[in-house]
Amino acid sequence: MRAHAGRAGEAIVAVLIPALLALIATGLLLVILGRDPIQFYSDMLERGLLEWPGFQESVIRMSPLLLIAAGLIIAFRAGLWNLGADGQFLLGAAFAAGLAPSFVGALGSTLTLVVVMAIATVVGALWTVVPAVLRAWYGVNEIITTLMMSFIGIAVANVLVKGPFRTDVGGVARTDTLPLDDRLPLLGDTQINAGIIIAVVAIVAVHLVMTRTSVGFRLRMLGENPRAADHAGLHTKRVIVLTFMASGGLIALGGAVEILGIWGSFRADFNPAFGLIVIPLVFLARLNAIASGFLVAAFAVIQIGGESAARKSDVSSDILLALVGLILLFMAVTEWVRARRSARPLYLSPGLAETIGASPAATDESRPAQPSVGTG
Amino acid sequence: MEDLFTETFLTALVAGGVLAAMPLLFAGLGEMVSEQAGVLNVGLEGMMLAGAYGAFVIAIETGSTWLGLAAGMAIGALVSLVMVLLCVRMKLDQIVIGIGIVLVAEGITSLLFDAKYAASRPRLPAAPEWAVPGFSEIPVLGESIFTQHPIVYIGVGLVIAVHYLLRRTSAGLSLRAAGEKPAALDAAGVNVDRTRTWATIGAGLGAGLGGAYLSVIAAGTFTPFMTQGQGFIAIVIAMLARGTAPWTIVGALLFGMSLSVATALQLVGIQISTDYVQMLPFIAVIVVLVLFARRSYLPSALALPYHRGER
Repeated sequence: MRAHAGRAGEAIVAVLIPALLALIATGLLLVILGRDPIQFYSDMLERGLLEWPGFQESVIRMSPLLLIAAGLIIAFRAGLWNLGADGQFLLGAAFAAGLAPSFVGALGSTLTLVVVMAIATVVGALWTVVPAVLRAWYGVNEIITTLMMSFIGIAVANVLVKGPFRTDVGGVARTDTLPLDDRLPLLGDTQINAGIIIAVVAIVAVHLVMTRTSVGFRLRMLGENPRAADHAGLHTKRVIVLTFMASGGLIALGGAVEILGIWGSFRADFNPAFGLIVIPLVFLARLNAIASGFLVAAFAVIQIGGESAARKSDVSSDILLALVGLILLFMAVTEWVRARRSARPLYLSPGLAETIGASPAATDESRPAQPSVGTG
Repeated sequence: MEDLFTETFLTALVAGGVLAAMPLLFAGLGEMVSEQAGVLNVGLEGMMLAGAYGAFVIAIETGSTWLGLAAGMAIGALVSLVMVLLCVRMKLDQIVIGIGIVLVAEGITSLLFDAKYAASRPRLPAAPEWAVPGFSEIPVLGESIFTQHPIVYIGVGLVIAVHYLLRRTSAGLSLRAAGEKPAALDAAGVNVDRTRTWATIGAGLGAGLGGAYLSVIAAGTFTPFMTQGQGFIAIVIAMLARGTAPWTIVGALLFGMSLSVATALQLVGIQISTDYVQMLPFIAVIVVLVLFARRSYLPSALALPYHRGER
């Protein structure tokens, strides 16, 4: 028990120190620009967390981010680089926005939501099949293929929204708008929609599957040591494809929730680019789903509160990107210091690192060499 | 449709393609060098943006395009030093650090631009072009390829130089060894970290120059996030070039042309959504990968930190 408490404490320190350093560095940036950093940060906290409307907005922002995190964790745990989150997310969003308004008449509100979310999930899952198969059967590096599929996915989403899904109403290219009453239901008297429940269920489910079931164990085995997984009789090819599909499906569901919960419609060139932000967050949580949930919450507060604070201080809200990026860099350095002090392995599972140099030679590197007795 | 192959269209297509290809070429070439040495530089997009902003500021302040380009390279190299320190020296994960660099560069360039130039939005005068004597008289190609800013010809020279460096010099051999089998390089008495350091700085120089070209020559101004994922496209180009520098020209032109074809079509009165066209090179690459899927086409120690004495 004490060991557990110690590790949790250590983990908190490992998050707090870099966050503090990043806040100081960004604060210096604000001072250089002649703004008051204390004012900025207190505004950020107040408007992102302490005031009721901001708090609600932060919770709403968490839903898509949590679903993306859940999807990424599955892939990364299995040692697969899914860097195509943005394409998967936007395809899910485009299909949800394009189909929901026309389904609602025939299916009614609830059934429409369920069906549309299912379709979005399937689309996201199918979108990963090409990189997954290329990786599983031919060893083609998935970093490059998922990135490319992401660019294609973003373009396809826009083609759909400007073409078959386009509304007859003039003006900007966008889909029909789902009436407010047919969107995801609100929780009680709040503005928070049921998307957060879906997202929390997803992230907890991913955590349980990863830590408590044999499926999770197999995935982690694949991630930690692909060769051992193969020797242990794991159908690695099938696992790779299914993992990719689950990952893409969850991320696309995030896109659907964003549309069905908040916007109700997809405007051409809509792209919040959440993918690049969530990737570092899940890494910093060491691919632990629950810990990622806390980091996502913190990020949502920073983003919602920060946008408001930036407006008030009259600086670009892109300062938040710098803040998050700096947290990430300082976190990696803190990790390095800790690793040096305790000689503990780095947080990145060896499988993930190995994947990048996916050739057999890279695996050989990490294998102990046979002693060469009697051959010289 | 018969308008399609008129001189206007082809000139616009090729000229626009070359224009759009240059940032991809410089950044892709730099990335290829660092990938060959085993450093996967995901921060390329950030280095391009930093270079674009730095070049813009210097070009505005001094009025010199060339100083701007030099400043872009210097800033790109400066940002790559972060990568050197964290990834090459401290052996931290290259992808996590790369994304961190992209976010910080996006944030800081946008913030600084917003604070200093958003109100005035200054523009640079069009950079002078240089017509190659004689060749510029050739129809279509003359106006598109042989009438460009001199940096375009320098770019082609750079590709040849990098190719020579990688394939014909011992420095190039060391570089490739650092990516394929760093332990062997170490055993041969060459410092792996130092080799990778130079390669990473090379990527920074290339990305910085690519970004500088984008702001100072192609756009004549800076806008936040102006690289729009070109750093990631450059990574794809570098991976597809697989260590053969001339392939970066092919890759950069393929992606550059597809960025310019929509504009060229509009010139002859055909309206086509850029979304379709921009997908094409990616689809082409995916199809090629599906048809000719190969097992290993990246340096085997790519993105793996080298720890001395570890097997």
